[in-house]
Amino acid sequence: MASNRVLVVGGGLAGLSATMKLAELGIPVDLLSLTPVKRSHSVCAQGGINSVNDQTRQQGDNEWNHFDDTIYGGDFLQNQPPVKEMAYWAPKVIDLMDRLGVTFNRTPEGFIDRRRFGGTLYKRTAFAGATTGQQLLYALDEQVRRHEAAGLVKKYEFWDFLGPILDDGGRCVGAVAQDMVSMQIRSFPADAVVVATGGCGLIYGRSTMSVFCTGSAASRCFQAGAKYGNGEFIQVHPTAIPGADKLRLMSESARGEGGRVWVPRKPNDTRPPKSIPESERYYFLEERFPKYGNLVPRDIATREIFNICVNEGLSVDPSRMCVYLDLTHISRAELDRKLGGILEIYEKFQGVDPRDEPMKIFPAVHYSMGGLWVDYEANSEGGLAPGSPRNQCTSIPGLYAIGECDYQYHGANRLGANSLLSCIFSGLFIGPGIVNWIKSNKASADLPKSVFERAVGVEEARHKKLLSNTSGGENPYLIHQELGDIMTRSATVVRYNDQLTDAYSKVTQMAERAARCSLADTGNWTNQNVIFTKALQDMFPVAECILKGALMRDESRGAHYKPDFSMPSLTSTDPAARHREAEQWCDAFDENTRKFLKSSVCTWKGNEPDLKFEDIDTRLLPPRPRLYGLVGAEVIEQVWKERAEAKAREKASAPKELVGSA
Amino acid sequence: MIASGPEADQKRRPSKINVRVLRQDGPGLPPYWERHQVDYEPDMNVISVLQKIAAQARTSEGKSVTPVAWDCGCLEEVCGSCTMVINGRVRQSCSALVDRLFEDNPEEIELRPMTKFPVVRDLVIDRSRLFHSLKRVQAWVPVDGYYDMGAGPRISREAQEQNYPLSQCMSCGCCLEACPQFNKVELQRNPGESDEDFTKRKEAAYESEFIGAHAISQAMLFNSHPVAKSLEKERMETITSTGGIQACGNAQNCVSVCPKEIPLTTSIARAGRAATVYAFKKIFDR
Repeated sequence: MASNRVLVVGGGLAGLSATMKLAELGIPVDLLSLTPVKRSHSVCAQGGINSVNDQTRQQGDNEWNHFDDTIYGGDFLQNQPPVKEMAYWAPKVIDLMDRLGVTFNRTPEGFIDRRRFGGTLYKRTAFAGATTGQQLLYALDEQVRRHEAAGLVKKYEFWDFLGPILDDGGRCVGAVAQDMVSMQIRSFPADAVVVATGGCGLIYGRSTMSVFCTGSAASRCFQAGAKYGNGEFIQVHPTAIPGADKLRLMSESARGEGGRVWVPRKPNDTRPPKSIPESERYYFLEERFPKYGNLVPRDIATREIFNICVNEGLSVDPSRMCVYLDLTHISRAELDRKLGGILEIYEKFQGVDPRDEPMKIFPAVHYSMGGLWVDYEANSEGGLAPGSPRNQCTSIPGLYAIGECDYQYHGANRLGANSLLSCIFSGLFIGPGIVNWIKSNKASADLPKSVFERAVGVEEARHKKLLSNTSGGENPYLIHQELGDIMTRSATVVRYNDQLTDAYSKVTQMAERAARCSLADTGNWTNQNVIFTKALQDMFPVAECILKGALMRDESRGAHYKPDFSMPSLTSTDPAARHREAEQWCDAFDENTRKFLKSSVCTWKGNEPDLKFEDIDTRLLPPRPRLYGLVGAEVIEQVWKERAEAKAREKASAPKELVGSA
Repeated sequence: MIASGPEADQKRRPSKINVRVLRQDGPGLPPYWERHQVDYEPDMNVISVLQKIAAQARTSEGKSVTPVAWDCGCLEEVCGSCTMVINGRVRQSCSALVDRLFEDNPEEIELRPMTKFPVVRDLVIDRSRLFHSLKRVQAWVPVDGYYDMGAGPRISREAQEQNYPLSQCMSCGCCLEACPQFNKVELQRNPGESDEDFTKRKEAAYESEFIGAHAISQAMLFNSHPVAKSLEKERMETITSTGGIQACGNAQNCVSVCPKEIPLTTSIARAGRAATVYAFKKIFDR
């Protein structure tokens, strides 16, 4: 009998942590990536990684609070057991990264230093300068190289994953992939396939993501039958530097270290920022959100910045929309020590020193909360059952998804510094479950060769067809620009149904045009043209999931904001009337929860996604309104509390630790 | 952007950008120059120029050609993918801003692949040697495993501030391109040779040549880690053997081209001292 192997696709934080854990468990791994794994998009993560720590614990923090912040920040759209497990693992994940030599910033006494991030009131975030993702990735890259040197890991870098291979029973038994240098297409038999291929920002043309983040690998799994969940939830990061080729991230840590967002109170104020007196500056986040200030969750900050520029006409630059992000009140030495990496990026790409001049920033597409639907098995405490092969498994048995390409952890809005955590956690946690999956199944290497040959044949045919379509057709790069433009216009910060309907029909037409692309390069050596065109074609099914989900979700939740379906602020000033209004508000909230506190789950029907809403597992925390900045929030909160207490009294006989964490 | 007023900038900016690219269709094939012209836009970098060239797939003489192949990733100078030789200088193409390049030469931008690595195609080169060197110096912390064993050793702020810059090395290869002692190793696959055999032969060839500043610096990084220093002896064996520290000619080009301003020559000096100590120890331990 042939020995077992696992194929890991993608070498970012998730893929590498899965690889090293599997290697530790003695499983040989084939690691396949579009790029040398050390260059994966995780390098772009800047700010840090969250966990409860000794200091916050003594301030009243604990794992449960981290879990609660993550769920509340995500507007309750997550199944709760995986999120709980992640929050409880977080301190252990950081300890492990510390042991692997990650150069976390240190306190004068030599402990890991922490900073505050959005959506929490505690300093939970460990960081390595402002290149935390890079430093974590390198530590994992080093471990995987160690296993590679020992012979347990074999890397296939510059390979493009073309799709999973399913046996007749629908089990994933490997994948087809293409060497991006020689263009050879071959199969990789595997007893489990782990997809860790990151986000899909390239669907929006320009974003903060790397060029690899096309979403094509997830799309290929989706088209092979895996479900796709919550596609409409795309995080638009509040602070990025606009550029011709990319929108470069300006980390939330800039605000975590005291950065302040402002605009001049007077529209079209042409004075240089530093000459504008304090009294004439509008620190709009601090004024509107006194509790969280500049560190409100990302969806909120993004909408406020967008609103200040678009609706209030207070952009600080007449030629484009942007606001100031100001660090100039902090000492250069401290800035260099804690934020050096990101300030260099600004300096290099904008030619202005942000230590002297406030930065000009604007929101940009940043993260996909949605992704491949994955399963989980809960334990009796409401966390995950360790070693269960169901954890992180897609709807195709044997095909797993982890990291940004799964839909599991961040709900309707991801909190800053939680993504690195979810990637590493899901990668480490999945190992024992996969070992158990392998044990209970026939080795894929023992399957008839025809299963694999058939799959390779399909991909070879697609490849040949593309290369032979040479004249009079469409240009893939120009279609990509069009797709990016329409997605950015219709499905980012503010969404309207008429625009979404229009975008959906345009995007489906574009998909047909993309199928008719003709290539400028028809050769079979390092043909980037054909690799890109395939990725482009595969962007459409995911783009359609995003648009369809956005269209069908007639509510506002986290990153998905529809003004036509938003919960209004309270308007009455008379206390009694206001209280009545708050009662109605809470009724409406309950009604909306019944209707839309659901995951949107798409299945591919050959030419379009079929969307169904699926219930969410809220076994640990009952949903409550997210009230950042709403007028009348105090009254609503009070009414909500009274109702929750009443419910709790009703349930008093049932001994479950439900209500009452907030 | 950039300090001077928008009007002054406008005048200096041409409406077109001329680009001269040194192309090569595959390994061992003859290189050739090709001219392209793309429309100027504000805030462009060499990446966005290459994106336009790919979309046009047409030379400035109007001839249809294949898109120029090149490597890129993050586009913000942290992944190390997009190294090439731009106007004669090795650097990342993402941070090579067109407006800045125009300040030196408004007529033309010249793009060439790195010269110290085998060309795969056009501007794409094979840097597997660079990653192989990281294996040779065992650039990792040999932890027991990945179970929860509590926190790592306490690290002083001083140590972190010394190590973090070294740990920012993104394996871009600039230091190797600029190094007079680092020579290209390019082998062709023999007829009938398997992947494994070819890789073995390549790695043997790499190991007979200079390992390079990046790997020496990584060796110093891990030798200073409380746990990773348990492999110090093995690392020093590599550093003091063929292609090790003695091959360094102290030209100091590496440190001047490093886009991350890593103190590579400081690492090399440390490695030199450590090599002397190691050599003595070896004599006395015998």
